[in-house]
Amino acid sequence: MKAGSNLEKVLTNGTFAVTGELGPPKGADVSVVERKANLLRGNVDAINVTDNQTAIVRMSSIAVGAILKQMGLEPTMQMVVRDRNRIAIQSDIFGAYALGIRNILCLSGDHQKFGNHPTAKNVFDLDSIQLIQTVKKMRDEHKVLGGDEIEGVPAMFIGAAENPFADPFEYRVIRLAKKVAAGVDFIQTQCIYDMDKFERFMQMVRERGLHQKVHILAGVTPLKSVGMARYMKDKVAGMEVPDEIINRMKSAGKEKAKEEGLNICVEQIKKLRQIEGVHGIHLMAIEWEEKVHEIVERAGLLPRPEAK
Amino acid sequence: MEKFEPTIIAFCCHFCAYTAADLAGTMRLQYPANIRIVRIPCTGKIDVRFLLEAFEKGADGVYVAGCLEGDCHFLTGNLRAKKRVAMAKRILEDAGIGGDRLEMYNMSAAMGPRFAEVAREMTEKIRQLGPSPVKRGKTVAQSDKQALPVRSSE
Amino acid sequence: MIIAEGKPIKEILAMIEPYDKILVVGCKGCVTVCSAGGEKEVGILSSALRLARQTQGKSLEIKEVTLERQCDTEYLEPMRPYADGYQAILSLACGAGIQFVAEKFRKHPVLPGVDTQFIGVTEEQGVWTERCQACGSCVLDRTGGICPVARCSKSLFNGPCGGSKRGKCEIDPEIDCGWQLIYDRLKELGQLEKLEIVLPIKDWTTSRDGGPRKRVREDLKI
Repeated sequence: MKAGSNLEKVLTNGTFAVTGELGPPKGADVSVVERKANLLRGNVDAINVTDNQTAIVRMSSIAVGAILKQMGLEPTMQMVVRDRNRIAIQSDIFGAYALGIRNILCLSGDHQKFGNHPTAKNVFDLDSIQLIQTVKKMRDEHKVLGGDEIEGVPAMFIGAAENPFADPFEYRVIRLAKKVAAGVDFIQTQCIYDMDKFERFMQMVRERGLHQKVHILAGVTPLKSVGMARYMKDKVAGMEVPDEIINRMKSAGKEKAKEEGLNICVEQIKKLRQIEGVHGIHLMAIEWEEKVHEIVERAGLLPRPEAK
Repeated sequence: MEKFEPTIIAFCCHFCAYTAADLAGTMRLQYPANIRIVRIPCTGKIDVRFLLEAFEKGADGVYVAGCLEGDCHFLTGNLRAKKRVAMAKRILEDAGIGGDRLEMYNMSAAMGPRFAEVAREMTEKIRQLGPSPVKRGKTVAQSDKQALPVRSSE
Repeated sequence: MIIAEGKPIKEILAMIEPYDKILVVGCKGCVTVCSAGGEKEVGILSSALRLARQTQGKSLEIKEVTLERQCDTEYLEPMRPYADGYQAILSLACGAGIQFVAEKFRKHPVLPGVDTQFIGVTEEQGVWTERCQACGSCVLDRTGGICPVARCSKSLFNGPCGGSKRGKCEIDPEIDCGWQLIYDRLKELGQLEKLEIVLPIKDWTTSRDGGPRKRVREDLKI
């Protein structure tokens, strides 16, 4: 075991993993965290905590991670390189480990122009792949980037994100290979709607033997309405939504849209389980956390292995 | 009270606007004597500096008259002029003179009546706007017995 | 070259408020090439400032000068004989030139007439875009001649990020994704394998982060 986290154990045992996501509040209100976390309890192996996602200031992921630990849940701390330099990053990794956090997801971070503080200076001292290298060096070589020995090694299970559909498509597998070379242990993808294109991606992954070097969790997001489906297709960078899905959501009409969205989601999970190299799913039920239990149950993924 | 008679400079291109002005004269069309015409080979010769200098020298209004778009004798001179006039309007606005004291018009050589119409239109517009703020400023300055602004260049 | 943009006239008027006799000095270097502070722009700005002052009924005497450059002592000296006759100097050179004038003409308040923006190129007449961030340790050999620091909005060294869409950056569809450009170029050159190498963590000490920089050529010092 590299870190000994619950997520690592589930994946290493070969059990199909389920991770969830929690977006912290835009303030210091802990009750929001508690409410969302309790909806995910028992339904997922680890909970991703986003880090000032879309550059909107929210409670820090390290703090929320610590709160989840106190609640007896397992966090995956997301860390972006947009806001912190290498000094702050390494310091936060020490702190996160000390607070019991064992999973980290290394990300670039949305540009601050999208958020509520567009005039801020951005950092990007490291990029996301260099962050993976940093965490690996701290864990395996027991050193910080500058070379000093570490007093108390933060042994983290290292994750990263990959978007199989972002441009340029041909390059995405190469970028995944780079992350593997940098030391990543698990990957969570952006939410998948186009199964065929994802299968093609996974084929390229298997051709390079990457599926044996890294655990890939496919991203899944249940659709709530045809409007949401269209928005994802047109406005979100790197998102592919086949017309077939849009039509299904449209045909369902207003009353049945949510039901159909959940149906599609469960079907997708079942299909993903069949793809060789996919070791789990990352369920992002954005502002719909109350449906996570139903989705995971209908997909036949309950009960989750007990975290010891 | 004396009616304010504006001083208006019209930069007219030789091939269209100036010829139209000539035609207006031949047709004995009436247009205000406030217009002082400056003939240029093409409105593409217009530089933002000439337009600003006209106001510095006391013009109440300025316009640039060129060929119809697509018919410029030098092909795109009037399109360049359009952009420069737009820039000069912004500068005049920022300087407190008012961008609406400067305009661009397009006409063909045969449009004598249009030339006269533009001349009347512009004169009336500037009359409504009143004397250039520069002159109003000069009045204030003179009453304070300050020296008039002098420009020197290297 | 260094690209600059003229400051808004209102801002300049506020700066020169206390003065009625100023020197407006342009530069025949970069700011002439990017049409921000050359002889022409000196003329236009001076005209606009005089007009503005005249509307307020106040006078403004301006001497309009355009020097070869403002970043070399020798080229600033020609201003020496007449500078004392003016209360302030409004410079349209890049930030370096403006500061050098301030250093060499210590009795005069020296004001910036332009905002210095970036190191860039003329893409077409009237359009200038950023190319270089002067980071001090160039990696252009590894990225097909396209700079990841300047042309990627996040300065990623192992991009692109997940926001790259149809060759454009997530923050603005008018901005090319720097890493898409690098990918395309390396593909053209048949050097795609360069992208499989993880580019190492950058040493930012050679950049502005390391403090104000200095370069010396001992063999040229007198």
